[in-house]
Amino acid sequence: MRKLLFLTLFAGLPAHAEQPTDFLDSFAAEARQTDPAYAGFDAKRGERFFGARHQGDWSCSSCHTANPVQAGRHQVTGKTIAPLAPSANPERFTRPEKVEKWFRRNCKDVLKRACTPQEKGDVLTYLISLGR
Amino acid sequence: MSIPTRSFVLAGFAGILLVSSGLQASGNAAAPPDPAYVQECGSCHAAYPPRRLSGASWQAVLAGLDKHFSVDASLDPKIFTEISAYLNSQAGRQETASADGRPLLRITETRWFRHEHDEVPEAAWKRPAVKSPSNCGACHTAADQGRYSEHGVRIPQ
Ligand code: HEC
Ligand code: HEC
Ligand code: HEC
Repeated sequence: MRKLLFLTLFAGLPAHAEQPTDFLDSFAAEARQTDPAYAGFDAKRGERFFGARHQGDWSCSSCHTANPVQAGRHQVTGKTIAPLAPSANPERFTRPEKVEKWFRRNCKDVLKRACTPQEKGDVLTYLISLGR
Repeated sequence: MSIPTRSFVLAGFAGILLVSSGLQASGNAAAPPDPAYVQECGSCHAAYPPRRLSGASWQAVLAGLDKHFSVDASLDPKIFTEISAYLNSQAGRQETASADGRPLLRITETRWFRHEHDEVPEAAWKRPAVKSPSNCGACHTAADQGRYSEHGVRIPQ
């Protein structure tokens, strides 16, 4: 069942609405398969990851702010970005292909590599913990 | 609007310019923008008006989406094809190239843009709320939907 969910999430099938917590399930399934040290997600670790520069010019908070229940701003273009925390923006983490696309792009811009399932799960755990 | 005289000096195709500057005085006379275009190309900045770059310029922009200015803007192949076709069909007919003939990647570097904005005070481009001339939405309040009429213009102070 997990495996099936995972496949539907990332096989580029037609979009359907998910809950933010559904993504946690699929990141966990992925982490269990790829990372022997995986032992759950942690909001504090996610928060640190979100604010860290990772040897580049940007952190996630550069565009999404250090308080992601608020609107952010694109560091280059200046365009306003709606809040990233689901409590402040119910559209967040509801569409698999959107979530996948932006993790892919933004992780490459910030870390010069893909984010691991552990990192994605920690960040999402942090974002879900906000504003409640 | 008046015809941009300096363009005649620069342009080798003044006749085309004469006709098209009259037709294209407004940025939004065309059909409503394609939703996929607005969604994909309007997420980091405004959905730019397709007619403001030539087909060659749009193809050059699309060819480098994985290193798009300073960021990764790559698309999945299906949406890429759709947006590419849309931009080709809506592109301006007039060349938008630099002096050495290479297609411009920026609307903000075209003669059209400079002319249309020659009354915007120099300092306004640098205000924190504007940040970059490419941030159309700072002044064009409906740029989010790809609309740029003079009615929705408000330069932030
Ligand atoms: C240079 C600016 C920038 C940086 C840095 C950045 N993002 Fe984003 N992010 C964006 C933009 C633009 C969007 C899409 C616009 C929108 O949906 O409002 C976005 C969207 C997202 C989404 C989509 C969520 C959804 O379901 O709508 C996620 C997830 C995300 N970012 C995570 C991250 C993470 C994690 C980092 C750090 C590794 C990060 N971002 C760094 C600009 C940025
Ligand atoms: C991940 C963010 C992102 C996405 C998605 C994105 N862009 Fe951009 N784009 C940028 C940045 C950053 C700049 C540089 C803006 C600046 O210098 O102020 C830019 C600039 C541009 C410019 C030049 C603007 C000017 O100065 O005239 C064009 C044209 C452009 N983008 C087209 C596109 C098209 C077409 C798409 C969709 C296929 C797209 N962009 C998607 C981030 C993005
Ligand atoms: C600093 C503010 C500012 C920014 C940023 C800006 N513009 Fe403008 N724009 C203006 C002003 C002011 C006018 C003149 C309005 C008038 O004619 O009264 C204008 C005029 C225009 C017009 C002609 C409108 C008409 O109906 O006559 C178009 C089209 C346009 N801008 C597109 C753009 C695009 C595309 C961008 C981004 C690449 C952009 N603008 C960025 C302020 C701005």
